Amino acid sequence: MGITFRKETFRDDFTFRNSPEHIRRFPFPFHEDSYMYAVNIEPHVVGPKGSVLENLIDVDEHYVAEMQDRALVLAEDPLRCQSLPHMTLAGWDLLELLMEQQALGYPEHFTLIRDGDRWRWINRPLGIDDSFTFGDVSTLPYGPMEYITRQSQGDFCILDQRDGNLWMDAGMVTTQADWSLDFDIGMNFFEWHAPVPLAHEKGIFVRALKFLTNIQQGKPARRLNWTMTINPRLDTSPENYHKWGPDRATVTPENVGEKVHLRVELQSFWRLPRSNAIVFPIRCYLIKMDELVTQPKWARRLHRVIRDLPDELANYKGLTRYRPTLVEWLSKLDDGSPTSPGFGPD
Amino acid sequence: MAAKSIISRPVYGTLSPQPGKHHLFVADAEGALAIADLAAKAPTDFFGGAHIIFIPGRDGKYAEALEALKPAQLYLGHSFASALPRLKQTLANAHMGLRLYLAGTEGLIGQAMQAALEAGIDHTSIQTEHSGSLARRMQCVHCKGITENVTTQPATCSHCGLLLLVRDHYSRRLAAFQGVCINAEDRSEIPPIEEVFR
Repeated sequence: MGITFRKETFRDDFTFRNSPEHIRRFPFPFHEDSYMYAVNIEPHVVGPKGSVLENLIDVDEHYVAEMQDRALVLAEDPLRCQSLPHMTLAGWDLLELLMEQQALGYPEHFTLIRDGDRWRWINRPLGIDDSFTFGDVSTLPYGPMEYITRQSQGDFCILDQRDGNLWMDAGMVTTQADWSLDFDIGMNFFEWHAPVPLAHEKGIFVRALKFLTNIQQGKPARRLNWTMTINPRLDTSPENYHKWGPDRATVTPENVGEKVHLRVELQSFWRLPRSNAIVFPIRCYLIKMDELVTQPKWARRLHRVIRDLPDELANYKGLTRYRPTLVEWLSKLDDGSPTSPGFGPD
Repeated sequence: MAAKSIISRPVYGTLSPQPGKHHLFVADAEGALAIADLAAKAPTDFFGGAHIIFIPGRDGKYAEALEALKPAQLYLGHSFASALPRLKQTLANAHMGLRLYLAGTEGLIGQAMQAALEAGIDHTSIQTEHSGSLARRMQCVHCKGITENVTTQPATCSHCGLLLLVRDHYSRRLAAFQGVCINAEDRSEIPPIEEVFR
Protein backbone atom coordinates (compact mmCIF):
# COMPACT_ATOMS: atom_id res chain seq x y z
CA MET A 1 0.00 0.00 0.00
CA GLY A 2 1.58 3.23 1.14
CA ILE A 3 0.87 6.79 0.13
CA THR A 4 0.70 7.87 -3.52
CA PHE A 5 2.67 11.10 -3.51
CA ARG A 6 1.30 13.79 -5.80
CA LYS A 7 3.44 15.65 -8.32
CA GLU A 8 2.39 19.25 -7.78
CA THR A 9 3.58 22.79 -7.21
CA PHE A 10 3.00 25.50 -4.60
CA ARG A 11 4.17 28.35 -6.86
CA ASP A 12 4.04 29.53 -10.48
CA ASP A 13 1.39 27.22 -12.03
CA PHE A 14 0.00 26.14 -8.61
CA THR A 15 -0.98 22.57 -9.45
CA PHE A 16 -1.57 21.65 -5.77
CA ARG A 17 -4.84 19.72 -5.20
CA ASN A 18 -6.29 17.53 -2.46
CA SER A 19 -7.58 14.07 -3.36
CA PRO A 20 -11.17 13.32 -2.21
CA GLU A 21 -9.81 11.31 0.75
CA HIS A 22 -7.62 14.24 1.75
CA ILE A 23 -10.57 16.64 1.58
CA ARG A 24 -12.44 14.45 4.08
CA ARG A 25 -9.43 14.32 6.45
CA PHE A 26 -8.78 18.09 6.29
CA PRO A 27 -8.37 19.48 9.83
CA PHE A 28 -11.26 21.96 9.70
CA PRO A 29 -10.55 24.33 12.59
CA PHE A 30 -14.00 25.59 13.63
CA HIS A 31 -16.06 23.56 16.08
CA GLU A 32 -18.83 26.20 16.14
CA ASP A 33 -20.17 28.97 13.89
CA SER A 34 -17.91 31.72 15.26
CA TYR A 35 -14.25 32.23 16.10
CA MET A 36 -12.26 34.05 18.78
CA TYR A 37 -8.82 33.39 20.24
CA ALA A 38 -8.65 30.85 23.02
CA VAL A 39 -5.93 28.75 24.63
CA ASN A 40 -7.25 25.81 22.67
CA ILE A 41 -4.49 23.40 23.70
CA GLU A 42 -5.18 19.69 24.18
CA PRO A 43 -3.07 16.54 24.59
CA HIS A 44 -1.51 15.45 21.28
CA VAL A 45 -2.73 11.86 21.26
CA VAL A 46 -3.42 9.56 18.33
CA GLY A 47 -6.83 10.14 16.72
CA PRO A 48 -9.13 8.19 14.40
CA LYS A 49 -7.77 6.15 11.50
CA GLY A 50 -7.86 8.13 8.28
CA SER A 51 -7.60 11.49 10.11
CA VAL A 52 -4.53 13.78 10.20
CA LEU A 53 -4.12 12.56 13.79
CA GLU A 54 -3.74 8.91 12.87
CA ASN A 55 -0.02 9.46 13.47
CA LEU A 56 1.46 12.12 15.75
CA ILE A 57 3.74 13.25 12.91
CA ASP A 58 1.51 13.18 9.82
CA VAL A 59 2.93 12.39 6.39
CA ASP A 60 0.50 12.83 3.51
CA GLU A 61 0.19 12.83 -0.29
CA HIS A 62 1.85 16.27 -0.50
CA TYR A 63 5.08 15.15 1.22
CA VAL A 64 7.43 14.96 -1.75
CA ALA A 65 6.15 18.16 -3.38
CA GLU A 66 6.40 20.06 -0.08
CA MET A 67 9.99 18.95 0.42
CA GLN A 68 10.84 20.08 -3.12
CA ASP A 69 9.26 23.47 -2.44
CA ARG A 70 11.28 23.77 0.80
CA ALA A 71 14.51 23.07 -1.09
CA LEU A 72 13.63 25.87 -3.54
CA VAL A 73 12.96 28.33 -0.70
CA LEU A 74 16.25 27.47 1.03
CA ALA A 75 18.23 27.84 -2.18
CA GLU A 76 16.77 31.35 -2.57
CA ASP A 77 17.07 32.35 1.08
CA PRO A 78 19.23 30.26 3.46
CA LEU A 79 18.22 32.53 6.39
CA ARG A 80 14.94 30.59 6.63
CA CYS A 81 16.86 27.93 8.54
CA GLN A 82 18.86 29.17 11.54
CA SER A 83 20.10 27.70 14.78
CA LEU A 84 21.86 29.68 17.51
CA PRO A 85 25.10 28.00 18.65
CA HIS A 86 23.71 26.50 21.88
CA MET A 87 20.89 24.67 20.03
CA THR A 88 22.79 21.84 18.30
CA LEU A 89 21.89 19.28 20.96
CA ALA A 90 18.21 20.14 20.56
CA GLY A 91 18.69 19.60 16.82
CA TRP A 92 19.81 16.04 17.49
CA ASP A 93 16.80 15.56 19.76
CA LEU A 94 14.55 16.68 16.93
CA LEU A 95 16.27 14.43 14.41
CA GLU A 96 15.63 11.47 16.67
CA LEU A 97 11.99 12.39 17.25
CA LEU A 98 11.16 12.84 13.57
CA MET A 99 13.02 9.75 12.39
CA GLU A 100 11.34 7.64 15.07
CA GLN A 101 7.85 8.99 14.41
CA GLN A 102 8.06 8.80 10.62
CA ALA A 103 9.48 5.26 10.71
CA LEU A 104 6.82 4.21 13.23
CA GLY A 105 3.88 5.64 11.28
CA TYR A 106 5.04 4.84 7.74
CA PRO A 107 7.35 1.79 7.77
CA GLU A 108 6.84 1.27 4.04
CA HIS A 109 8.38 4.70 3.38
CA PHE A 110 10.90 5.25 6.21
CA THR A 111 13.30 2.97 8.08
CA LEU A 112 15.58 3.79 11.01
CA ILE A 113 18.24 1.26 12.00
CA ARG A 114 20.26 1.94 15.16
CA ASP A 115 23.41 0.27 16.42
CA GLY A 116 24.54 2.35 19.38
CA ASP A 117 25.49 5.75 17.97
CA ARG A 118 25.73 4.38 14.44
CA TRP A 119 22.45 5.10 12.69
CA ARG A 120 21.15 4.37 9.22
CA TRP A 121 18.19 6.35 7.86
CA ILE A 122 16.31 5.27 4.76
CA ASN A 123 13.81 7.73 3.25
CA ARG A 124 12.36 6.00 0.17
CA PRO A 125 10.09 8.81 -1.15
CA LEU A 126 13.09 11.17 -1.36
CA GLY A 127 15.63 8.48 -2.34
CA ILE A 128 17.84 8.97 0.75
CA ASP A 129 19.88 6.24 2.43
CA ASP A 130 22.40 7.77 4.86
CA SER A 131 24.56 6.24 7.58
CA PHE A 132 25.87 8.60 10.26
CA THR A 133 27.04 8.83 13.85
CA PHE A 134 24.40 10.26 16.18
CA GLY A 135 25.85 13.34 17.87
CA ASP A 136 28.65 13.88 15.33
CA VAL A 137 27.73 16.82 13.08
CA SER A 138 30.55 16.02 10.64
CA THR A 139 28.80 12.80 9.55
CA LEU A 140 25.73 14.59 8.11
CA PRO A 141 25.51 16.88 5.06
CA TYR A 142 23.71 19.57 7.15
CA GLY A 143 23.29 20.34 10.84
CA PRO A 144 20.93 17.80 12.47
CA MET A 145 17.90 20.15 12.54
CA GLU A 146 18.31 21.21 8.92
CA TYR A 147 18.99 17.63 7.79
CA ILE A 148 15.79 16.17 9.22
CA THR A 149 13.53 19.16 8.59
CA ARG A 150 14.43 19.06 4.90
CA GLN A 151 12.67 15.68 5.11
CA SER A 152 9.66 16.55 7.29
CA GLN A 153 6.49 18.42 6.39
CA GLY A 154 5.75 21.61 8.32
CA ASP A 155 7.82 24.36 9.88
CA PHE A 156 9.75 23.67 13.06
CA CYS A 157 10.69 26.07 15.84
CA ILE A 158 12.92 24.91 18.65
CA LEU A 159 12.36 26.83 21.85
CA ASP A 160 15.01 26.95 24.56
CA GLN A 161 13.57 27.05 28.07
CA ARG A 162 15.29 29.31 30.61
CA ASP A 163 14.38 32.07 33.10
CA GLY A 164 10.79 30.82 33.11
CA ASN A 165 10.38 31.72 29.45
CA LEU A 166 10.71 30.11 26.01
CA TRP A 167 13.21 31.51 23.51
CA MET A 168 12.93 31.09 19.75
CA ASP A 169 16.54 30.00 19.29
CA ALA A 170 16.37 27.70 16.25
CA GLY A 171 14.02 26.96 13.41
CA MET A 172 13.25 25.81 9.89
CA VAL A 173 10.59 28.16 8.61
CA THR A 174 9.64 28.07 4.93
CA THR A 175 5.85 27.65 4.99
CA GLN A 176 4.99 30.37 7.45
CA ALA A 177 1.93 32.55 7.73
CA ASP A 178 3.74 35.86 7.44
CA TRP A 179 6.32 35.91 10.24
CA SER A 180 10.08 36.06 9.93
CA LEU A 181 12.38 33.62 11.73
CA ASP A 182 15.35 35.76 10.79
CA PHE A 183 13.78 38.71 12.61
CA ASP A 184 12.30 36.80 15.56
CA ILE A 185 15.16 34.42 16.34
CA GLY A 186 16.48 34.97 19.87
CA MET A 187 13.19 36.51 21.09
CA ASN A 188 11.20 35.23 24.04
CA PHE A 189 7.60 33.99 23.90
CA PHE A 190 6.00 37.38 24.55
CA GLU A 191 8.32 39.26 22.23
CA TRP A 192 7.78 37.12 19.13
CA HIS A 193 4.02 37.19 19.71
CA ALA A 194 4.06 40.97 20.25
CA PRO A 195 2.37 41.89 16.94
CA VAL A 196 -0.67 39.62 17.55
CA PRO A 197 -3.72 41.81 18.31
CA LEU A 198 -6.25 41.25 21.14
CA ALA A 199 -4.67 38.10 22.56
CA HIS A 200 -2.24 39.81 24.96
CA GLU A 201 -5.09 41.70 26.62
CA LYS A 202 -7.00 38.45 27.06
CA GLY A 203 -4.05 36.93 28.94
CA ILE A 204 -3.76 34.23 26.29
CA PHE A 205 0.03 34.25 26.13
CA VAL A 206 0.59 34.24 29.89
CA ARG A 207 -1.56 31.12 30.22
CA ALA A 208 -0.13 29.48 27.11
CA LEU A 209 3.44 30.01 28.33
CA LYS A 210 2.59 28.50 31.70
CA PHE A 211 1.17 25.46 29.97
CA LEU A 212 4.06 25.08 27.54
CA THR A 213 6.86 25.40 30.10
CA ASN A 214 5.24 22.50 31.97
CA ILE A 215 5.06 20.11 29.04
CA GLN A 216 6.58 16.76 29.95
CA GLN A 217 8.56 14.36 27.86
CA GLY A 218 6.29 11.80 26.17
CA LYS A 219 3.21 13.99 26.66
CA PRO A 220 3.02 16.32 23.67
CA ALA A 221 0.19 18.84 23.22
CA ARG A 222 -1.44 20.45 20.17
CA ARG A 223 -3.66 23.26 18.95
CA LEU A 224 -5.06 24.45 15.64
CA ASN A 225 -4.59 27.90 14.17
CA TRP A 226 -5.81 29.22 10.83
CA THR A 227 -5.61 31.94 8.26
CA MET A 228 -6.35 32.22 4.54
CA THR A 229 -4.02 32.26 1.55
CA ILE A 230 -4.61 33.25 -2.05
CA ASN A 231 -3.36 30.46 -4.32
CA PRO A 232 -1.92 27.31 -2.69
CA ARG A 233 1.32 29.04 -1.80
CA LEU A 234 3.32 27.55 1.06
CA ASP A 235 5.90 30.32 1.19
CA THR A 236 3.82 33.25 2.40
CA SER A 237 6.79 34.73 4.22
CA PRO A 238 7.15 38.43 5.00
CA GLU A 239 10.44 38.20 3.12
CA ASN A 240 8.48 37.60 -0.09
CA TYR A 241 5.34 39.60 0.80
CA HIS A 242 6.05 42.06 -2.01
CA LYS A 243 5.88 39.10 -4.41
CA TRP A 244 2.75 37.30 -3.12
CA GLY A 245 0.87 40.32 -1.71
CA PRO A 246 -0.52 41.29 -5.15
CA ASP A 247 -2.34 37.89 -5.25
CA ARG A 248 -4.79 39.30 -2.69
CA ALA A 249 -5.99 41.85 -5.23
CA THR A 250 -6.76 39.15 -7.82
CA VAL A 251 -9.81 37.59 -6.12
CA THR A 252 -13.03 37.95 -8.14
CA PRO A 253 -16.51 36.38 -7.71
CA GLU A 254 -15.57 34.02 -10.57
CA ASN A 255 -12.29 32.68 -9.13
CA VAL A 256 -12.98 32.50 -5.35
CA GLY A 257 -13.43 28.73 -5.43
CA GLU A 258 -10.10 28.13 -7.12
CA LYS A 259 -7.96 30.91 -5.60
CA VAL A 260 -9.00 31.31 -1.97
CA HIS A 261 -7.57 28.68 0.38
CA LEU A 262 -8.20 28.00 4.03
CA ARG A 263 -4.81 27.50 5.65
CA VAL A 264 -4.79 25.50 8.87
CA GLU A 265 -1.82 25.01 11.11
CA LEU A 266 -1.67 21.92 13.29
CA GLN A 267 0.75 23.12 15.94
CA SER A 268 2.19 20.58 18.34
CA PHE A 269 4.52 20.96 21.30
CA TRP A 270 7.02 18.34 22.41
CA ARG A 271 9.56 18.28 25.24
CA LEU A 272 12.94 17.11 23.95
CA PRO A 273 14.82 14.67 26.16
CA ARG A 274 18.50 15.76 26.15
CA SER A 275 18.25 19.52 25.69
CA ASN A 276 15.01 20.09 27.67
CA ALA A 277 13.98 22.35 24.78
CA ILE A 278 10.46 22.38 23.31
CA VAL A 279 10.00 21.67 19.64
CA PHE A 280 7.04 23.33 18.04
CA PRO A 281 6.15 21.82 14.66
CA ILE A 282 3.74 24.01 12.67
CA ARG A 283 2.19 21.77 10.06
CA CYS A 284 0.34 23.64 7.32
CA TYR A 285 -2.72 22.21 5.52
CA LEU A 286 -4.24 23.99 2.53
CA ILE A 287 -7.66 23.53 0.95
CA LYS A 288 -9.25 25.59 -1.80
CA MET A 289 -12.82 26.81 -1.40
CA ASP A 290 -14.07 24.54 -4.22
CA GLU A 291 -12.76 21.53 -2.29
CA LEU A 292 -13.91 22.72 1.12
CA VAL A 293 -17.51 23.37 0.09
CA THR A 294 -17.92 19.78 -1.08
CA GLN A 295 -18.72 19.33 2.64
CA PRO A 296 -21.96 21.38 3.09
CA LYS A 297 -21.53 21.77 6.85
CA TRP A 298 -18.08 23.33 6.39
CA ALA A 299 -19.43 25.71 3.73
CA ARG A 300 -22.22 26.97 6.01
CA ARG A 301 -19.96 27.30 9.01
CA LEU A 302 -17.07 29.01 7.21
CA HIS A 303 -19.52 31.56 5.81
CA ARG A 304 -20.69 32.47 9.33
CA VAL A 305 -17.17 32.58 10.78
CA ILE A 306 -15.70 34.82 8.08
CA ARG A 307 -18.77 37.08 7.97
CA ASP A 308 -18.72 37.67 11.75
CA LEU A 309 -14.96 37.86 12.29
CA PRO A 310 -13.90 41.02 14.22
CA ASP A 311 -12.27 43.53 11.85
CA GLU A 312 -8.99 43.56 13.82
CA LEU A 313 -8.62 39.81 13.35
CA ALA A 314 -9.58 39.96 9.69
CA ASN A 315 -7.00 42.66 9.18
CA TYR A 316 -4.26 40.78 11.06
CA LYS A 317 -4.97 37.69 9.00
CA GLY A 318 -4.79 39.75 5.80
CA LEU A 319 -8.38 39.03 4.68
CA THR A 320 -9.63 42.61 4.46
CA ARG A 321 -9.20 43.17 0.74
CA TYR A 322 -11.13 40.09 -0.43
CA ARG A 323 -13.42 39.36 2.54
CA PRO A 324 -16.58 40.89 0.98
CA THR A 325 -16.11 38.85 -2.22
CA LEU A 326 -15.50 35.67 -0.24
CA VAL A 327 -18.46 36.20 2.12
CA GLU A 328 -20.79 36.89 -0.82
CA TRP A 329 -19.61 33.70 -2.57
CA LEU A 330 -19.98 31.58 0.59
CA SER A 331 -23.40 33.08 1.44
CA LYS A 332 -24.90 31.31 -1.58
CA LEU A 333 -23.95 28.00 0.04
CA ASP A 334 -25.47 28.86 3.43
CA ASP A 335 -29.21 28.17 3.63
CA GLY A 336 -29.24 29.19 7.30
CA SER A 337 -29.86 25.69 8.59
CA PRO A 338 -28.06 24.66 11.80
CA THR A 339 -24.64 23.00 11.78
CA SER A 340 -23.84 19.95 13.87
CA PRO A 341 -21.41 20.40 16.77
CA GLY A 342 -17.76 19.43 16.32
CA PHE A 343 -15.16 19.84 13.58
CA GLY A 344 -15.89 16.96 11.23
CA PRO A 345 -18.04 16.92 8.08
CA ASP A 346 -21.54 15.42 8.33
CA MET B 1 9.86 59.81 25.25
CA ALA B 2 8.46 57.21 22.91
CA ALA B 3 4.84 56.18 23.38
CA LYS B 4 4.19 52.73 24.87
CA SER B 5 3.21 50.14 22.30
CA ILE B 6 3.77 46.43 21.76
CA ILE B 7 5.75 44.07 23.98
CA SER B 8 8.77 43.57 21.72
CA ARG B 9 9.37 47.31 21.60
CA PRO B 10 12.13 48.25 24.05
CA VAL B 11 11.23 50.12 27.21
CA TYR B 12 13.84 52.55 28.53
CA GLY B 13 14.36 53.75 32.07
CA THR B 14 16.45 56.32 33.89
CA LEU B 15 20.13 55.71 34.53
CA SER B 16 21.01 55.22 38.18
CA PRO B 17 24.33 54.32 39.81
CA GLN B 18 24.68 50.58 40.32
CA PRO B 19 26.93 48.88 42.88
CA GLY B 20 30.20 47.75 41.32
CA LYS B 21 33.78 48.81 40.70
CA HIS B 22 33.72 49.17 36.93
CA HIS B 23 31.21 51.23 34.99
CA LEU B 24 31.03 51.42 31.21
CA PHE B 25 28.94 54.17 29.64
CA VAL B 26 28.04 54.38 25.96
CA ALA B 27 26.15 57.50 24.93
CA ASP B 28 25.51 59.87 22.09
CA ALA B 29 24.37 63.52 21.91
CA GLU B 30 21.77 64.28 24.63
CA GLY B 31 22.62 60.94 26.24
CA ALA B 32 25.38 62.89 27.99
CA LEU B 33 22.69 64.64 30.03
CA ALA B 34 21.51 61.28 31.38
CA ILE B 35 25.09 60.59 32.54
CA ALA B 36 25.29 64.03 34.16
CA ASP B 37 21.98 63.37 35.96
CA LEU B 38 23.31 60.05 37.21
CA ALA B 39 26.49 61.77 38.41
CA ALA B 40 24.42 63.95 40.70
CA LYS B 41 23.20 60.80 42.50
CA ALA B 42 26.50 58.87 42.42
CA PRO B 43 28.99 58.36 45.28
CA THR B 44 32.06 60.64 45.13
CA ASP B 45 34.57 58.08 43.83
CA PHE B 46 32.10 56.58 41.29
CA PHE B 47 33.68 57.90 38.07
CA GLY B 48 37.19 56.79 39.16
CA GLY B 49 36.18 53.38 37.81
CA ALA B 50 34.25 54.63 34.80
CA HIS B 51 34.90 54.44 31.07
CA ILE B 52 32.76 56.70 28.93
CA ILE B 53 32.41 56.12 25.18
CA PHE B 54 30.68 59.22 23.83
CA ILE B 55 29.64 60.16 20.32
CA PRO B 56 28.92 63.90 20.47
CA GLY B 57 27.33 64.14 17.03
CA ARG B 58 27.36 67.11 14.70
CA ASP B 59 27.03 69.99 17.17
CA GLY B 60 29.75 68.56 19.45
CA LYS B 61 28.03 69.63 22.65
CA TYR B 62 28.29 68.02 26.11
CA ALA B 63 31.85 66.65 25.85
CA GLU B 64 33.04 69.18 28.43
CA ALA B 65 30.31 68.21 30.85
CA LEU B 66 31.51 64.61 30.71
CA GLU B 67 35.15 65.65 31.09
CA ALA B 68 34.20 67.47 34.26
CA LEU B 69 33.11 64.14 35.78
CA LYS B 70 36.79 63.06 35.62
CA PRO B 71 36.15 59.51 34.42
CA ALA B 72 39.09 57.09 34.33
CA GLN B 73 38.68 56.99 30.54
CA LEU B 74 36.77 59.29 28.22
CA TYR B 75 36.63 58.52 24.51
CA LEU B 76 35.02 60.84 22.00
CA GLY B 77 34.05 59.02 18.81
CA HIS B 78 33.10 60.35 15.41
CA SER B 79 30.38 57.74 14.92
CA PHE B 80 29.08 54.58 16.52
CA ALA B 81 30.86 52.55 13.84
CA SER B 82 34.21 54.11 14.74
CA ALA B 83 33.59 53.47 18.45
CA LEU B 84 32.53 49.85 17.97
CA PRO B 85 35.97 48.16 17.90
CA ARG B 86 36.82 49.86 21.20
CA LEU B 87 33.47 48.89 22.72
CA LYS B 88 33.89 45.27 21.63
CA GLN B 89 37.39 45.06 23.10
CA THR B 90 36.25 46.64 26.36
CA LEU B 91 33.38 44.12 26.62
CA ALA B 92 35.62 41.19 25.73
CA ASN B 93 38.13 42.13 28.44
CA ALA B 94 35.53 43.02 31.05
CA HIS B 95 35.55 41.35 34.44
CA MET B 96 32.52 40.07 36.33
CA GLY B 97 30.73 42.98 37.89
CA LEU B 98 31.14 45.45 35.06
CA ARG B 99 28.03 47.62 34.92
CA LEU B 100 26.83 48.86 31.57
CA TYR B 101 24.89 52.10 31.01
CA LEU B 102 23.52 53.16 27.61
CA ALA B 103 22.01 56.56 26.91
CA GLY B 104 20.94 58.53 23.88
CA THR B 105 19.19 57.65 20.64
CA GLU B 106 17.47 54.31 20.12
CA GLY B 107 19.94 53.42 17.38
CA LEU B 108 22.89 53.95 19.74
CA ILE B 109 21.28 52.06 22.62
CA GLY B 110 20.26 49.21 20.36
CA GLN B 111 23.62 48.77 18.68
CA ALA B 112 25.59 49.01 21.94
CA MET B 113 23.21 46.45 23.47
CA GLN B 114 23.72 44.20 20.46
CA ALA B 115 27.49 44.25 21.11
CA ALA B 116 26.86 43.55 24.80
CA LEU B 117 24.56 40.60 24.03
CA GLU B 118 27.21 39.15 21.75
CA ALA B 119 29.66 39.44 24.66
CA GLY B 120 27.27 37.40 26.83
CA ILE B 121 25.75 40.20 28.94
CA ASP B 122 22.08 39.71 29.83
CA HIS B 123 19.95 42.51 28.46
CA THR B 124 17.98 42.90 31.68
CA SER B 125 21.18 43.84 33.56
CA ILE B 126 21.82 46.83 31.29
CA GLN B 127 20.71 50.33 32.31
CA THR B 128 19.23 52.39 29.49
CA GLU B 129 17.87 55.89 29.11
CA HIS B 130 16.48 57.24 25.89
CA SER B 131 16.99 60.89 25.00
CA GLY B 132 17.20 62.93 21.88
CA SER B 133 16.02 61.84 18.48
CA LEU B 134 13.27 59.21 17.99
CA ALA B 135 14.86 58.19 14.67
CA ARG B 136 14.72 54.44 14.13
CA ARG B 137 17.12 51.86 12.85
CA MET B 138 15.10 49.65 10.49
CA GLN B 139 15.71 46.28 8.91
CA CYS B 140 13.97 45.66 5.59
CA VAL B 141 12.38 42.23 5.99
CA HIS B 142 12.62 41.74 2.23
CA CYS B 143 16.25 42.52 1.34
CA LYS B 144 17.61 42.44 4.96
CA GLY B 145 19.38 45.76 4.54
CA ILE B 146 19.50 48.13 7.53
CA THR B 147 18.43 51.75 7.03
CA GLU B 148 19.73 54.13 9.71
CA ASN B 149 17.98 57.18 11.17
CA VAL B 150 14.52 56.57 9.77
CA THR B 151 12.28 59.51 10.65
CA THR B 152 9.27 58.96 8.39
CA GLN B 153 6.30 56.61 8.26
CA PRO B 154 6.36 54.93 5.79
CA ALA B 155 10.04 54.96 4.87
CA THR B 156 11.99 53.94 1.79
CA CYS B 157 14.51 51.11 2.16
CA SER B 158 17.92 52.59 1.32
CA HIS B 159 18.96 49.26 -0.23
CA CYS B 160 16.09 47.84 -2.33
CA GLY B 161 13.91 50.95 -2.59
CA LEU B 162 10.63 49.37 -1.39
CA LEU B 163 8.30 51.63 0.56
CA LEU B 164 8.16 50.13 4.07
CA LEU B 165 5.79 50.34 7.01
CA VAL B 166 8.06 50.86 10.05
CA ARG B 167 6.61 48.50 12.64
CA ASP B 168 7.02 48.66 16.42
CA HIS B 169 8.21 45.04 16.29
CA TYR B 170 11.86 45.16 17.40
CA SER B 171 14.75 42.69 17.42
CA ARG B 172 17.51 43.15 20.00
CA ARG B 173 19.67 40.71 18.04
CA LEU B 174 19.48 42.92 14.94
CA ALA B 175 19.13 46.18 16.92
CA ALA B 176 16.42 47.16 14.49
CA PHE B 177 12.72 47.73 13.97
CA GLN B 178 11.06 45.70 11.23
CA GLY B 179 10.15 47.34 7.93
CA VAL B 180 7.53 45.60 5.76
CA CYS B 181 6.37 46.68 2.32
CA ILE B 182 3.34 48.94 2.91
CA ASN B 183 1.81 48.66 -0.55
CA ALA B 184 2.71 45.09 -1.51
CA GLU B 185 -0.86 44.23 -2.47
CA ASP B 186 -1.20 47.18 -4.81
CA ARG B 187 1.97 49.10 -5.59
CA SER B 188 -0.02 52.01 -7.01
CA GLU B 189 -1.31 52.85 -3.51
CA ILE B 190 1.14 55.44 -2.16
CA PRO B 191 0.18 56.47 1.37
CA PRO B 192 1.23 59.93 2.60
CA ILE B 193 4.74 60.00 4.05
CA GLU B 194 4.85 61.75 7.41
CA GLU B 195 7.77 62.64 9.63
CA VAL B 196 6.84 60.91 12.88
CA PHE B 197 10.15 59.73 14.43
CA ARG B 198 11.89 63.03 15.13
